[in-house]
Amino acid sequence: MSTLAAVDGSLSSIGYGLGAIGPGIGVGIVFAAYIQSTARQPESAGLTRTYMFLGFVLVEALALLGLALAFVFQKG
Amino acid sequence: MNGFWDIGDHWPPGTHSFDYGVGWVTKITVLVWIAVAVLIVFFLATYRNPKIVPTKKQWIAESIYGFARDGIAKDFMGKDGVRFAPYLATLFSFILLTNLFGIIPFAQISPNAHMAFPAVLAAISYVMFVYLGIRKFGFIAYFKKSLIPPGAPVWLLPLLIPLEFFSTFIMRPITLAARLWANMFAGHLILLVFTLGGVVLLNSSSFLVKSVSVASFAMAIVMTLFEFIVQILQAYVFTLLTAFFVSEALAEEH
Repeated sequence: MSTLAAVDGSLSSIGYGLGAIGPGIGVGIVFAAYIQSTARQPESAGLTRTYMFLGFVLVEALALLGLALAFVFQKG
Repeated sequence: MNGFWDIGDHWPPGTHSFDYGVGWVTKITVLVWIAVAVLIVFFLATYRNPKIVPTKKQWIAESIYGFARDGIAKDFMGKDGVRFAPYLATLFSFILLTNLFGIIPFAQISPNAHMAFPAVLAAISYVMFVYLGIRKFGFIAYFKKSLIPPGAPVWLLPLLIPLEFFSTFIMRPITLAARLWANMFAGHLILLVFTLGGVVLLNSSSFLVKSVSVASFAMAIVMTLFEFIVQILQAYVFTLLTAFFVSEALAEEH
């Protein structure tokens, strides 16, 4: 059977793309919640900012692992 | 490739873009030495003769320390956290300066884009929070406190204990180091893509393609500004997470 089309490259890049979906949604939720809480109670902005960053970086971890592993398992 | 500038095999950028040769003196190590020297000299010079009405330099040093103490340490640990403020301020200023090397001309790369440096910084944080927790509660009580969530039913424990152990004692240091490394690595790569991409476009023989390089260089400038924000944010976040881990280790049963 002759090959009509072929994809070359590393599959782990696709894995990174898939791994970034969850954190993308999660980071969106974190910032949306912060904006909403600030809009409802502007005085609490400084109080919740630390926790917004904390939530943001913990959610982001999976995407960063995906980026790291995409380079670890790349071909050649 | 013939054109204005010969960029050799630098295009496309990849992991080889971070290779600065073998041996123990490379650009990366020299940058770390510079960062250490600058920080020591800066803080010694500004605090040698403190004034009641602060000078400009003293104001900068004081706001960095004040930020680490009030904005990070006190936020998580209350009054008790002040004793960690010197370490957190050192950590913050060191990471901030080494990160900023990524966009400072002629340095152009952050040492933190190499896994070794974030790994050591994360290892210090890791050893610190485990040691502090064990010293405060004792070995068994500390692990019992951090592995068994209060109020968990007994039949769930075989599932919960490995999960908690994995997330607290294995993933925490790994993600802490990987976060800083990945951000600096990706940042350097993005800047390379747009600047080297601009050069490659400029080398093209077609005038239409050549003119696109303007967009690429403009994007490089925008991304440099974006990197500036990311670098400050990552320095803050690393310090924030260290403070958070220490406060978790020291927290009473709740």
